[in-house]
Amino acid sequence: MSVRRLHPVQPDSFAFNAENLAWAKAKIAQYPAGKQASAVIPLLWRAQEQNDNWVTKPVIEYVAHMLDMAYIRVLEVATFYTMFQLQPVGKIAHIQVCGTTPCMLRGAEDLKKVCQNKINHEPHHLSEDGNFSWEEVECLGACVNAPMVQIFKDTYEDLTPATLEKLIDDLATGRKVKVGPQIDRHNAAPEGVQTALTDPSLYEGQRTFVRVEPPPPPPPAEEKK
Amino acid sequence: MPKIKVDGVELEVENGLTLLQACEQAGAEVPRFCYHERLSIAGNCRMCLVEVKGGPPKPQASCAMSVNDLRPGPNGEPPEVFTNTSMVKKAREGVMEFLLINHPLDCPICDQGGECDLQDQAMVYGIDKNRFHENKRAVENKYLGPLVKTSMNRCIQCTRCVRFTTEVAGIEEMGATGRGEDMEITTYLNKAISSELQGNIIDLCPVGALTSLPYEFKARPWELRKTETIDAMDAVGCNIRVDARGREVMRILPRTHEDVNEEWISDKTRFVWDGLKAQRLDRPYVREFGKLREASWGEAFQRIAQRMNGVNPDRVGIILGDLVGAEEAFSVRQFADQFGIKNIDCRQDGTPLGEKGGRAGYLFNSGITGIDEADSILLIGTNPRLEAPVLNARIRRRVARGGCPVFLIGERADLTYGYTHLGNGPETLGKFLASDQQGGAKPMVIVGQGAIDRADGPQVLAAAYKAAEKLGAIKDGWNGFNILHTAAGRVGALDVCALPAQDGGKTTREMLDAAKAGELDVIFLIGADEIDTRALGATFVVYVGTHGDAGAHRADVILSGAAYVEKQVTYVNTEGRPQMTERASFPPGEAREDWAIFRAMTEVLGNALPWNNLAELRSAMYKVAPQLMRIDERTAAPTNELADLGKVEGAMSADPFRSPITDFYMTNPIARASKIMAECSALKNVQKLEAAE
Amino acid sequence: MLADKDRIFTNIYGFHDWGLEGAKKRGCWSGTKGFIANGRDWMINEIKASGLRGRGGAGFPTGLKWSFMPKVIGERPHYLVVNADESEPGTCKDREILRHEPHLLVEGCLLAGAAMGCHMAVIYVRGEFIREREHLQAAVDQAYEARLIGKNNLNGWDFDIIVHHGAGAYICGEETAMLESIEGKKGQPRMKPPFPANVGLYGAPTTVNNVESIAVAGTIMRRGATWFASLGRPNNAGTKLFCISGHVNKPCVVEEELGIPFRELIDKHAGGVRGGYENLLAVIPGGSSVRMVPADLIIDTPMDFDSLGKLRSGLGTAAVIVMDKSTDLIKAIARLAYFYKHESCGQCTPCREGTGWMWRVMSRMAEGRAEKREIDMLLDVTKQIEGHTICALGDAAAWPIQGLIAHFRPVIEARIDQYAANPDHDGAVRKIAAE
Repeated sequence: MSVRRLHPVQPDSFAFNAENLAWAKAKIAQYPAGKQASAVIPLLWRAQEQNDNWVTKPVIEYVAHMLDMAYIRVLEVATFYTMFQLQPVGKIAHIQVCGTTPCMLRGAEDLKKVCQNKINHEPHHLSEDGNFSWEEVECLGACVNAPMVQIFKDTYEDLTPATLEKLIDDLATGRKVKVGPQIDRHNAAPEGVQTALTDPSLYEGQRTFVRVEPPPPPPPAEEKK
Repeated sequence: MPKIKVDGVELEVENGLTLLQACEQAGAEVPRFCYHERLSIAGNCRMCLVEVKGGPPKPQASCAMSVNDLRPGPNGEPPEVFTNTSMVKKAREGVMEFLLINHPLDCPICDQGGECDLQDQAMVYGIDKNRFHENKRAVENKYLGPLVKTSMNRCIQCTRCVRFTTEVAGIEEMGATGRGEDMEITTYLNKAISSELQGNIIDLCPVGALTSLPYEFKARPWELRKTETIDAMDAVGCNIRVDARGREVMRILPRTHEDVNEEWISDKTRFVWDGLKAQRLDRPYVREFGKLREASWGEAFQRIAQRMNGVNPDRVGIILGDLVGAEEAFSVRQFADQFGIKNIDCRQDGTPLGEKGGRAGYLFNSGITGIDEADSILLIGTNPRLEAPVLNARIRRRVARGGCPVFLIGERADLTYGYTHLGNGPETLGKFLASDQQGGAKPMVIVGQGAIDRADGPQVLAAAYKAAEKLGAIKDGWNGFNILHTAAGRVGALDVCALPAQDGGKTTREMLDAAKAGELDVIFLIGADEIDTRALGATFVVYVGTHGDAGAHRADVILSGAAYVEKQVTYVNTEGRPQMTERASFPPGEAREDWAIFRAMTEVLGNALPWNNLAELRSAMYKVAPQLMRIDERTAAPTNELADLGKVEGAMSADPFRSPITDFYMTNPIARASKIMAECSALKNVQKLEAAE
Repeated sequence: MLADKDRIFTNIYGFHDWGLEGAKKRGCWSGTKGFIANGRDWMINEIKASGLRGRGGAGFPTGLKWSFMPKVIGERPHYLVVNADESEPGTCKDREILRHEPHLLVEGCLLAGAAMGCHMAVIYVRGEFIREREHLQAAVDQAYEARLIGKNNLNGWDFDIIVHHGAGAYICGEETAMLESIEGKKGQPRMKPPFPANVGLYGAPTTVNNVESIAVAGTIMRRGATWFASLGRPNNAGTKLFCISGHVNKPCVVEEELGIPFRELIDKHAGGVRGGYENLLAVIPGGSSVRMVPADLIIDTPMDFDSLGKLRSGLGTAAVIVMDKSTDLIKAIARLAYFYKHESCGQCTPCREGTGWMWRVMSRMAEGRAEKREIDMLLDVTKQIEGHTICALGDAAAWPIQGLIAHFRPVIEARIDQYAANPDHDGAVRKIAAE
């Protein structure tokens, strides 16, 4: 991670649209009275989504006013949490390549190269058409589907350089893309034959349980060591 | 009271003490960077690690652990803490190494050199070889305003500055952005800090990351002569240390005085020193053909003697300024008495203080520490943030602790804490008196000069007194009726009774009116620059002072005096605590200490003051005002006459109260001569405009 | 092998309806009201008796943790905070619970809340889990709608759930950093004591539990502590979600009994190690923060807290990262070192300065651009961080490197020799190292 600064070119203003404003007010109301600062991450996030997926100075100040927080406190939050993008990102996709060891072991470095070749050599820089950008991020928590990338809300898993290239091309041309594993696999289940949860009786009708009660005379405790 | 053993020494300590404090009490020194007793505990530098017996097998941060967190041994023996084991030593050496790997080690060009905590502690815990072979981190310097210079490569992220500005100064402007090794201390997007107390972060910074910008590369600490003295920028009486090289004052630092300024000073106090060198009156001047020209002392005195010759003393006036010491005020008083001058007034702002109510009628009676005990505070016509920033920080701390609401009648302002704004002026005060508002056990009323420096001052003062009485602020063991002064010299001058004579002496306002009407022949301005000099008309003006300010410009004769760091005088602060200044430097050129000037002048005028040195002067003064003898003791004023304050006829006007201070950085001739203060003032105006947008 | 009927998470792969109807059919939300009616002590004892150990990594007994909350609700409300900030490299089990079994979590929150006198829970979902959060929020909304939670609900314990989220900070998985983050600050861990059970969220008594620990609570109460305790091994009771990643043929998440031997786990569910067991080099058995274990030591080790602890490693989050012989171990650990440098909050000195130092040295070692004595120096630096920081991130950053050096020092040395022997570099190593 490098030093995180606000982008040198900043828009003049920001305000939530009506829908987000209503949502924000409801969110703030969830927290106990006087603890409205709790909503800072959700609000910044919603603002980022509304604002072409990046956080600007007006966003920070708008959220600060809304939550009665000092600007510096919101800036601290915006620079501490790395999902807040402090510069413009690709309009179609900002590709976050998970680069941490579990993904690295299964080829994340090759995915980075694909991004470097197809988008921009440097992370956080826009492609020439401004439609794409990429960055390497830390573990996205889909390690059994490694390597993988996240694009805005969705993850694309079990990638190879070829499938990532195709994914980028499909996105660029507006073709429909499949979310989740890019191989023949269901979520986090192992590929191919299922090894667990194959008993169909589990899913027939309403499942009920009978409590196993402890045996009447408890044996002397032997677990202490 | 828990018992604890530190390095084998058993001692009993107060509840809630940190291990670090307990170790100190046991005589074991514990190194620290982030910990500061007046700030919240961060526990982040990890330098203060100690070993706790029976605890987890790892060292503990002693600043963050309370003695109550420790468990006694199996047989009830007191918990043991070690500060000198090999585990502790190794841990601290490790932390020191980490602190130094990215530190630039540029001590030879660092202004903190010689007084740097990191430097000092590295002498003890540093290792003599470097194992770090990577590139050092480079951190961009930040702009914090004209006072604090940053050199962020040196920053060790202890966050003392962030905690100070947030907690004590009460401004949420500093923070640490980013994270990990890229964490940076900064203000919001490099905005200047707006606090009047920001200079304190220079002292708090344990390394050379935050240093004094005006003092940049000026001197080394070991070259400086350090003089412990008293500040005169406001009426708090902050304890300061003036560092001078030769005759030149290089910087001003705070000294700790728990009951007055703790260890903080305002930026005006700290950075006014360049004003001591600019626009100084270094010799007497006389006006000739409309222009001032240099003169000798004898010539200047002769000119005064000529003008005074045959003048009716009732047509002579004396106004004392804000920075006059008690000795000087007493000399002037004596001079007035000897020459039958009834028109003498130390209240150049025109308040009625000292006329009624006895000493308790013009003091901050609860004492500054009384703020810590108060359970409600009513501010009348005052903006303590500008009038006494250090005192305001104490109010803020009291408010933050809870159970002490603040009410304000006067101008709305950002006081750094929340308050209820009752209204703007006398009308509200009247309503307040009529309301059924009750006070708690220790209510406090703080009356600012802005409430009473007006024509209806006596009436407002009376109403304020009644408000205090109504709230129950004046009772046995508690006097919460407080006057907040802004002038360092005022209380001392009131104590020596530098007031208009009872039988027809004119007040400042009356003297100015008389001068305007041509009814005054001679007026002596003793450092009085805050009056409207245009009102002086054709009056012959003798100005005694230090700077070429308003008074000097209008003067017919200028007698050049000594500034507060150049003389030994007594300043009595707003709570009535006399403190004595020490001479840190000498007045420039032929300028002299004021009392000596009066002594010499009266000799030429033919009736010399009856003392030949300061000691004689003081013994005479102590006969009149014995409380001044008890240096650094706050003598509670008797309240028997206080009720007289309320016995005033007449109505209050409808004009809202205004703080006497509109520009914090420009309140006296020294500050007005200071370039640093001018810069701060200009910046403040920009900030105000921005805020108004 | 664990029988399907004894699996708690029967929709972990998302083949079935994750919504309220589906969850109810699978047995969720049945008997809930009765458990609450049994009272706080009954619920806490049930969890204690089940032997459930926290599933977030440290393995602290969950029932005991619950019992630390003040018995009486004083002036300050009690809070339950659920740690769904799953960010430990290798770990992706909570993700499956959030998106496919959210009702087990919602129900667990209510039960845990009732057991600890909390009327409010905050579920802190890591920011990256956006779809997962949507599922969870939908499940919470369904539960409100069905009056399973909320004011005056059918289960007889007023309870609100806030779905909160982070925005990319591993450190927020540390419980006190999470509290700071929920309060709207940077996720910088607090000092302990005071512990959250005394001074937690908004200064009130708070318990922070992992998603999996909470999500199993309902089933434990339904089937009895005895049932849960009968699974697994002594002191390592119950079932656990394992995340098998890295060089296996079929990576997956699977629920298994604690104590299942490594080989069995991999063979049964992950299709074996890529290239067979002779190709296995090392395993990180519990997420990136535990020390790695070489192949021969792990192969027959039961996968549980105590057995892996004996190997100076740990079960952690049961995120099994398998590395075959093609793995550049130094680079793999250097990448983890980068992770910890990236995720250090920057608050306290040893971690802020040390993680960067370790990463830089590790990167050089991955190239071989180092000196052999630097291995010991690096080890010394890890020891200088370990145990000296406010939170456990410092330890977590130190352990992977310690594991590497403990088991694979010759590999590092060989790399250094190789680099030094390469004439292209022309002794550059020495020059740089000497600077």
